[in-house]
Amino acid sequence: MSAPIKQHLIDPAVCIRCNTCEATCPVDAVTHDANNYVVDVTKCNFCMDCVAPCPTGSINHFVTVKTPFSLEEQFSWSDLPDVEEIPDTGGAIGTAEAIDDEAAALLTDAHKGAGGQMKAPRSASKPRINLFGRRAPAEAKVTGNLKLTGEGASADIHHIILDFGTTSFPVLEGQSIGIVLPGTDENGRPHKMRLFSIASPRDGERPNTNNFSLTVKRVVTKSADGSAQKGIASNYVCDLKQGDKVQVAGPFGSTFLMPDDSEADIVMICTGTGSAPFRGFTERRRRSMPNAKGKLYLFFGARTPEELPYFGPLQKVPKTLLDQELVFSRLADKPKEYVQDRMKKRSADLAALLQKNTTHIYMCGLKGMEAGVEESFASICREHKLDWAAIRAKMRDEGRFHVETY
Amino acid sequence: MNIMNVDYDGLIPNNVNLNGDPRVKAALEKWHPGYLDWWNDMGPDGFQESLVYLRTAVSVDPKGWAKFDYVKMPDYKWGILLAPQGEDRKIPFGAHAGEKAWQEVPGEYRAMLRRLIVIQGDTEPASVEQQRFLGKTAPSLYDMRNLFQVNVEEGRHLWAMVYLLQKYFGADGREEAEALLQRRSGDEDTPRMLGAFNEETPDWLSFFMFTFFTDRDGKMQLEALAQSGFDPLSRTTRFMLTEEAHHMFVGETGVGRTIERTCQEMQKAGIEDPFDVNAVRKLGVIDLPTLQKKANLHYSLTLDLFGNEISTNAASAFHAGVKGRYREDKLDDDHRLESSTYPVTRFKDGKIVTEEVPALSALNMRLRDDYVADCQGGVSRWNKVIEKYNIGFQLKLPHVAFHRHIGEFSSIKTDVDGNVIDDAAWDKKKDEVLPSTSDRDYIESLMAPQFEPGKFASWLVPPKVGIDNKPGDFEYVKIA
Repeated sequence: MSAPIKQHLIDPAVCIRCNTCEATCPVDAVTHDANNYVVDVTKCNFCMDCVAPCPTGSINHFVTVKTPFSLEEQFSWSDLPDVEEIPDTGGAIGTAEAIDDEAAALLTDAHKGAGGQMKAPRSASKPRINLFGRRAPAEAKVTGNLKLTGEGASADIHHIILDFGTTSFPVLEGQSIGIVLPGTDENGRPHKMRLFSIASPRDGERPNTNNFSLTVKRVVTKSADGSAQKGIASNYVCDLKQGDKVQVAGPFGSTFLMPDDSEADIVMICTGTGSAPFRGFTERRRRSMPNAKGKLYLFFGARTPEELPYFGPLQKVPKTLLDQELVFSRLADKPKEYVQDRMKKRSADLAALLQKNTTHIYMCGLKGMEAGVEESFASICREHKLDWAAIRAKMRDEGRFHVETY
Repeated sequence: MNIMNVDYDGLIPNNVNLNGDPRVKAALEKWHPGYLDWWNDMGPDGFQESLVYLRTAVSVDPKGWAKFDYVKMPDYKWGILLAPQGEDRKIPFGAHAGEKAWQEVPGEYRAMLRRLIVIQGDTEPASVEQQRFLGKTAPSLYDMRNLFQVNVEEGRHLWAMVYLLQKYFGADGREEAEALLQRRSGDEDTPRMLGAFNEETPDWLSFFMFTFFTDRDGKMQLEALAQSGFDPLSRTTRFMLTEEAHHMFVGETGVGRTIERTCQEMQKAGIEDPFDVNAVRKLGVIDLPTLQKKANLHYSLTLDLFGNEISTNAASAFHAGVKGRYREDKLDDDHRLESSTYPVTRFKDGKIVTEEVPALSALNMRLRDDYVADCQGGVSRWNKVIEKYNIGFQLKLPHVAFHRHIGEFSSIKTDVDGNVIDDAAWDKKKDEVLPSTSDRDYIESLMAPQFEPGKFASWLVPPKVGIDNKPGDFEYVKIA
């Protein structure tokens, strides 16, 4: 059997045949007959040029199929057919996180901890995905590289600002981008792409700037013989200097997005650089809905304050905007405490939140945090006579439970 | 400066390097306060302080095309956006076919170009004026937002035409730009230039019909101008067309959603006879025969906008390379039309006949034919909705001779099938084929505002997909 194929379709029940997509397509993949506008699977390169100008939303359908639909089949449609979902491809109908296979696989893996297919919050803005693939990435200029961690800290975490100049690279909070590394690996192949979460809101580090930031930890591991192994991507990014040019693919991700709803309560649980998307969420809420009824809750763990990214700036965020629980596991004079421990201390509050259908939960950080956080939710639920498995499934199905771990 | 990127730093966002052109910049900056005064006086009444979830183009390349956010309409970034200049573009038709496209106005065609640009420009503010009271009876916040999006983009299209006038037509252009702000839709002394743009848009069904039928004339005219050998006009109108598609969308889905609600309610109530108007109206929806009458009215008024079927003006504009045919670049012929003919429907010796005339003189007819085909596509899609509910009714475009005031058929009366009838018969039949006073009253009685997020008036269904994929209860307009 041949491998599943990604295919771009147009919903004929929504399309008004305005010809905008056909006029926009740079490779003439869009064509029409008297009945329908359709996309030729042999020509479409998923450049996404047609997506933003479409006035109807009918253009935005990406499916994974065993046998692609021919032009003739598409011409005959009055509605989109039911597409048989193919498991484990990260590309069920309408929910492709990325067209780029490498990025899609990375995100599928990062979202596994949700225990099932994640959905975007109902009110989330429509994400653009894969505007730039790794073969034709966008070029960004480094306009800032700030070391976030203190002198004595064992971790080295950087805040990187990438500016896109005149290139349009629209992102949403919670989306990721891929850094395309120069050069090749020891086998002469291009380096694997590494994804990083965007740490700023959609309108830039400052409102209306065409840039975004990343929170990147320098990865250094000890190998068996005691020598230090440096992570290629993270070291490349952490060593960038102001003015350097980098190649960026993306944006990727269509589910780990924030609700655009002032009633929504958002619970954010993270460790280390997993805080990146939540910096974006918090700043977006502050800029766009400063008087929102919904509240933000942050459970943020690190070894020490020196290793907690944005520790300083977080001190200035008002309690009315963000309810913060900063948790440290290596304080000299205190017993070890992890985010899951602190969650249990807020058991009553979290139980109340779990019962509200406006609550959205997000977890981001190392895979190792999943089990502990899961167990905390389960224990809080037991305490309050709630069924965590059922709540989690319902929330996930409603786009209110999200996990992105690595 | 990068042509793709819009300069938002100055007063007037643009991708035409306005900063490098102090004369035009000064002229536009002088025009700008007058424009804002016009918008505040004649733009959407009662909602200027509301936050509207609007789309603004931040660059003209596809990726930066649609940025959505809340904005107060008077703060909308109206600007001057031209599609990127094609490398080495050639004049695609007419006597100059194959020559390099003009970057400046050729002296001999100056008056012709000016007239075309002024007529196009005049329709843009006119429709904003026609629609200015509709916000107050919006059937939902979603529809209200779509109305305002149409309005701000019509405003931008005025800017687009004014830029051409100021940049390429000197003192005359400045005067014309001023006059565009002075005329008023429906005004007895200083009306807008074209008939359909002086009609009222009294209710939302009229608005949907207007955007489907009349804005589609705009689309066809823009398509013809997008082919122009005068490159700045071509580039301007090409970008306008991308925006115009949203207006087509509002019209087609607006009428479609109205039809769907009617069918739904008929099915629920077990009404099988679509002509049982009284029974259907008791359901608080618009009966299909009335929808047909509204379509008859708006379609026939719009056909008049194409002008005389046989026109020397249109022939000259084509011959000159100034205004082409619909999708000229996709047509496979000599693009000069000096020896070919085209069939035109005419009124001759008391009969409606089709005769071949020189193709050059039949260009208005030809554009109208393309328009009719485009309309028919939408009408067929509406009929699919009715079919889905198994209701024995089909909407139909009336004959092109029906209810006309300009061109071959302006002196006669016909029924919807194009049979010539006398005045007495017309007077008797009129209320069966065009909306009567009581039809209008009924439609008006349904126009109760619905401003609660996620709620819709009784007479239309919610859209299938939200704008920017927003969920059903999204607050598209935050009413101040």
